[in-house]
Formats: sequence, C-alpha cells, structure tokens
Amino acid sequence: MKRVGIVALNTFREAVRDRVLYNLVFFALLMMLAAVVVGQISIGIEESVIVSLGLSAISVIGLLISVFIGVALVSKEMEKRTLYALLAKPVRRWEFLLGKFGGLLLTLAVNTAAMAAGLFLVMLYVKHSLQPSDAVVLVAVYFIWLKLALIVALALLFSCYTTPLLALLFTSGLYIVGLYVRELRDLPAQVMNPAMTAFTKWLSYLLPNFENFNVMAMAAHGRAVPGTLILQNTLYAVIYCAIVLTGAAAVFSRKNLK
Amino acid sequence: MPMTGFAIEIENLTKEYPFGFLHLKKKTSLEGLNMQVETGEVFGFIGPNGAGKSTTIKLLMGLIFPTAGTARILGKPISDVEMHKDIGYLPEQPYFYDYLTAAEVLDYFARFHDLTAADRKERVERMLKKVGLETARKIQLRKYSKGMLQRVGLAQAILHDPKLVILDEPMSGLDPVGRREVRDIILELKREGKTVMFSTHILSDAETLCDRVGVIVGGKLQGVGAPGQLVDMKTQGMEILFALTRASNAPLLAKATKTGDYYRLQVGEGELYAAIEQLRGAGARILSVTQVKASLEEFFMNLVEADRAQASAVEVSGR
Repeated sequence: MKRVGIVALNTFREAVRDRVLYNLVFFALLMMLAAVVVGQISIGIEESVIVSLGLSAISVIGLLISVFIGVALVSKEMEKRTLYALLAKPVRRWEFLLGKFGGLLLTLAVNTAAMAAGLFLVMLYVKHSLQPSDAVVLVAVYFIWLKLALIVALALLFSCYTTPLLALLFTSGLYIVGLYVRELRDLPAQVMNPAMTAFTKWLSYLLPNFENFNVMAMAAHGRAVPGTLILQNTLYAVIYCAIVLTGAAAVFSRKNLK
Repeated sequence: MPMTGFAIEIENLTKEYPFGFLHLKKKTSLEGLNMQVETGEVFGFIGPNGAGKSTTIKLLMGLIFPTAGTARILGKPISDVEMHKDIGYLPEQPYFYDYLTAAEVLDYFARFHDLTAADRKERVERMLKKVGLETARKIQLRKYSKGMLQRVGLAQAILHDPKLVILDEPMSGLDPVGRREVRDIILELKREGKTVMFSTHILSDAETLCDRVGVIVGGKLQGVGAPGQLVDMKTQGMEILFALTRASNAPLLAKATKTGDYYRLQVGEGELYAAIEQLRGAGARILSVTQVKASLEEFFMNLVEADRAQASAVEVSGR
C-alpha cells in the first residue's frame, strides 16, 4: 500500500500544480454573490436557497473535475508516456491505478471540504448563527463526495479500454442514466412485455444508483438524514467502487502500452 | 535467486500486433528472438528504426506482453515486478511529469525503492551532479529541452544502484558533449560491475562501448557477438593516400578518387608495392598507407539491404 500512497500523493500534487483547486475561487465568488442577492430578495427562505445553491455548485464543480480529470488520469500517462519510467520501478499496475484513484479522491475531498467550509461561512453570514441541525449539510456534502468517487471509478474503467473522448461520453451517459435508476426499476408492467420489464429491472440493479446520494432537499429544509442511509450509501459506494476498480485493474493489467 | 551467467535470457520472444478491420491481420514486430546478455557486459542492441529494438526492451520491462516466448531477467521471469528493484530503465525519448522539478521527479522515483529519506536526498543530489543538472534542479521539467529530459531519464535509471541498466536509445537528442557524458556513464557502470544493455542505431557508439552487440533487422536477430567478430576482420585491401607533385597520366591514377588536393587509391594487399612504385614513378608523394577492413556499418548495411530486398521480393511474389 506504500506504493499506492506514493502515486496518490503525486496525483494530488499534480492536481494542485495544474491549478485544479482554482475552481474554489469561482465557488467563493458565486457564494458571495448568492449571499448578497438572497439577503435582498427572499424572505424567510434564505437558508434553503443558500444550501440548495451551495450543494448544487459543490456537486456540479465536483462532477466536472471527476469526469474530466478521471478520464485523463491514466490515459494522459499513457499518451505522454510518463508511465513507462514508473512501471519500470517495482510497482504493480493495479497499485498505480489505485494510487491514481486515491489521488483524485483526495483532491476531491480537499476541494469539497473547502467548498463546504465556504458554504457554512455564507450560512453563518445569512443566518447569523449555526444550529446542530445544520450538520445535515455535512452529510449531503459527504454523499456528494461518495458519488464523485463512483464517477471517478467509472471514468477510470472506461479510460482503460477506450479513447478519452468515448470514456468521457460513457461516464457522463452512465451518470445521467444513474439518476433515473428508480424510474427504470418501477416501469409499469403494461409499458413493455414481461421479458423486457424483467431486463430493465435487472439492469436497474446493475447500473450505478446516483439517486440515493441526493439528499439536497432534506438538507435545504434541515431534515435529518437517517443513519441507516449514511451506512447504506457508504457501503454501496465502497462495494461498487471496488467492483469497478477490479474490472479496471483487470483490463489495465493486460494492456499493451503504445 | 538462481545464479546464472546471464543477466538477460530471452527465448523465442515474439510480438505480433493485430491491425486492420476487426484486427484480423497481424504484423510481426519481433520474431522468435533468442538472445542472452551476460552478467557484467555492455551489450549493444543495434538495428534500423522499426527493427524491433524498442519492442524487445518494452517486452522485457513488462510494458507490452509477448505473443509467444519467455524471458528472464537476473534469473527471474519478466512478470515478477519485484525484479524491477534491481533494474534501471531509460525509455526512448523519455517524458516525465512536467509539473515536477528534476529533483522532485528523482525523489518521486526513489520512493519506490526501499531507501531512507536521507539516502534518497543524497542520491538525488549525486545523480543531478552526475548528469549535469545541478543548476537546473529547481526548474519544472516543462521548461526542459529534449537533451535535459534525456539526462533526467538517465539519472532516474541509475539512481537506485541497479544491477542491470537497460537504456533505449540513450544518445538520442543529445549534443556531442552529452553523448560523451553518456558514454562515460556507461563505462563507469561497467567498471562498477553492472550489466548494461542499450539500443542504438549509432554504430560508432556500439563499436566503442560494447563487449558484444546483437544486430536486429526486420524483427529478426541477424547476429550476436563482439563487434570485431561480427564483421569479417580480414583485410579487404590497402588504401594509399597520395598527392601529385606534377601532372601525370599514369593508368593507375584513373582508378584513384580525388578529394581536395589528395588522391585515394584502393589496391589488393599483393599489389601494394607495385602500385606504390608506379605512383612514385608518376610523381606521387605517398602520404599514408592503411589497411581497409569491413566496418560494423558495412555489415549492418548489408543486412538492411538484404532485408529490404527480401521484403520487396515477398511483395512482388504476393501480387
């Protein structure tokens, strides 16, 4: 695991030096603007507007980073051939892959945590105080991070056996489909024949379910998230990531580099 | 580790690349390579571009996988990642993380070997000095020239004191000073008892540095041996260098080649003295007489020509 850590820390350093964290400036400006505007136009619902806007911004910015950088994590190293010298060291390919995944997860954790801190500052500015019930916002941020981890794992998998552009399309496509998994599962029986209904139901369990990670409405209204959901989402993300990364490692371990 | 006399043992190593629609056609980059590199020797792997040199090295380093055949490095199969602790590798036209400085990239690679922080620091400094990058140590690699990147590549290959160093075109992109320095490093590695295998298409480098060379053309190994053994070392003739002190129309002069004020004439060994007599009679001032031997370059060119002729013959018969 030491080697995984070395690759992960370098991936984080790459993100920092490539100015990935500069998005925080955009987030800060957006939240400052929101705080001023919300304070003037909304009466009584400032908090929910700020929380919804803040969580949406954290999610969108995180999505952009995880999809675009996730797809490039391995493909860029193959394209630029920086991987050659590294794989000549005593490093297994899966260790490299896991390190890249860990490095981007660390980047996303720092980025998301910084944006969450910004959101709490704006909430404090708008409400003048914070309550224990505001902790639900932290849970929502944690769920966003779990969702991003899944997206990075998928991006890595696709980038291991196809071009970066196709990997980008597949990852984005799967994310959009994953937002409607419940609808797919609950399609009325009369819409399709029984075989097709059974297939879509089976497919809905196979596809990543991103709907479960969305607790934005609960957070906006200060409603507590059940502990079981936190545990369930954590386990789901860990197991799904493990399966996807195992697949990615299997493909990458037999890949002929250019 | 079972001790053998070989640092590298390659058996029937073959690499085919599928191409075309549905990948049904296959191009053979390397065909049944059998070769050994002895422990402690400097081995030159020579061949024209596209001959299969880099393919062989990439197979050895586990960057690509063989279609058939096996190879062992330091007695271990090439699939054993732990064996990489004792190997240094310089890729062809190396490229490294351009957001790092030379010192950082060397420190990063050193971390994969079991070195203490103090040892790492000391080795990085020593390597930067060795490859002449001390003054550029704090500059990000994105600002480095091709030659400077080649030096970083060489430094990272020898940083961890490996037993075997594999260099893919180490002289590529270097100026004469850089090439001289790389030559010195290779000789130093040999003095330290390391095994060095390097690929090149610069034959003079191979001739001056290598204990043995392997010549590969068209994916097939054409010969292995000491540079002097590979070529026919028998004297092919004698070359007389002379200048004319007066105008002459001696018949022998018609066979000479004029370069500037001087003439060169190649004659058989047995005809040397008669030719000198004739030339002196024609008013020639003899400047030197040298033996003409086949060079590695000629040997190499003959193989390349033969391969091309064979390839075009196959193409014609295929029509």
